[in-house]
Amino acid sequence: MRIGVVTFPGSNSDVDALNALAVAGVEPVSLWHESPDLQGVAGVILPGGFAYGDYLRAGVIARFSPVMRGVTDFAAKGGLVLGICNGFQVLAEARLVPGALLRNRSIRFASKIVAIKPGRLDSPFTHKATGAPLHIPIAHGEGCYYADEATLDELEASGQILFRYVRADGAPALDPDDPANPNGSLRAIAGVCNAAGNVAGLMPHPERMSESILGSDDGMQLISSFVESARAWETGR
Amino acid sequence: MSEFRFAVNVLPKPGILDPQGRAVELSLPHLKVTTVSRVRVGRRVELTATADAESEARAVVDGLAKELLSNPLIESYTIELLEATSSVAAAGTGHAVTRS
Repeated sequence: MRIGVVTFPGSNSDVDALNALAVAGVEPVSLWHESPDLQGVAGVILPGGFAYGDYLRAGVIARFSPVMRGVTDFAAKGGLVLGICNGFQVLAEARLVPGALLRNRSIRFASKIVAIKPGRLDSPFTHKATGAPLHIPIAHGEGCYYADEATLDELEASGQILFRYVRADGAPALDPDDPANPNGSLRAIAGVCNAAGNVAGLMPHPERMSESILGSDDGMQLISSFVESARAWETGR
Repeated sequence: MSEFRFAVNVLPKPGILDPQGRAVELSLPHLKVTTVSRVRVGRRVELTATADAESEARAVVDGLAKELLSNPLIESYTIELLEATSSVAAAGTGHAVTRS
């Protein structure tokens, strides 16, 4: 099975994502931003980095690149799309997932390992997770999740909040000033999915914790969930 | 056809956290300024649109402001006409009208 990773000018975690997919036992395929052709892949990752220099707003220029036409069509057909960090920002700007990512509340670029917990274990992106907190790195300047109150309530009610930053005791870091909430995200949101449940974005980098040689393979719980769901989707077509 | 020079001013919507504005506010005491508050930091984009009429040019710029230059979830924008230049004047020379 083939899974694609898009490379935009300025992507810097594309190779890490390709590697994590290889570790997960699938054929990784590099997709170039200038072509809308997804080469028949069964799933797509939009990786981290600074696509198009993050000029204007993180993710907005990438949103209009040719490959995003292919990604939008693929998502509309039910294909699985995972946006990691900058990839999440691209999905949010493209309105493929709800909300927006504002500058970190601290105004500082945040680069450290955080604890996140899946909001549910029955989604295509989390079904292989244990449910225990995952320790995964973040590296971003604009990761403060924002949506208006009504949208937040709706996301909560419909189970679209896929990941939350959690404190050492496992409780969500709901206070935006809690040190366990690294960027001031509302309701401690680290990742969300669309209403259909096949497009998800998160700020932390699971691909950077996908092998024990990297310090931990916590992230592989999410990568293998994604890979297995993509396989089931491809088989079911 | 005429050329219309616009500025699009983008600001975070009221109530949206603006840490840049906050950082600027926090620097004010260092400048011994105590009479300035409620700082908001945004972005200004200047561009030229070619069209037959100002309304036509403005509609294009408005579309861009909505879709590209601002994110309506978190930002609001205003459009200012800076200059209009007629490029098909009968005498063959353009004339510019500048507004402040």
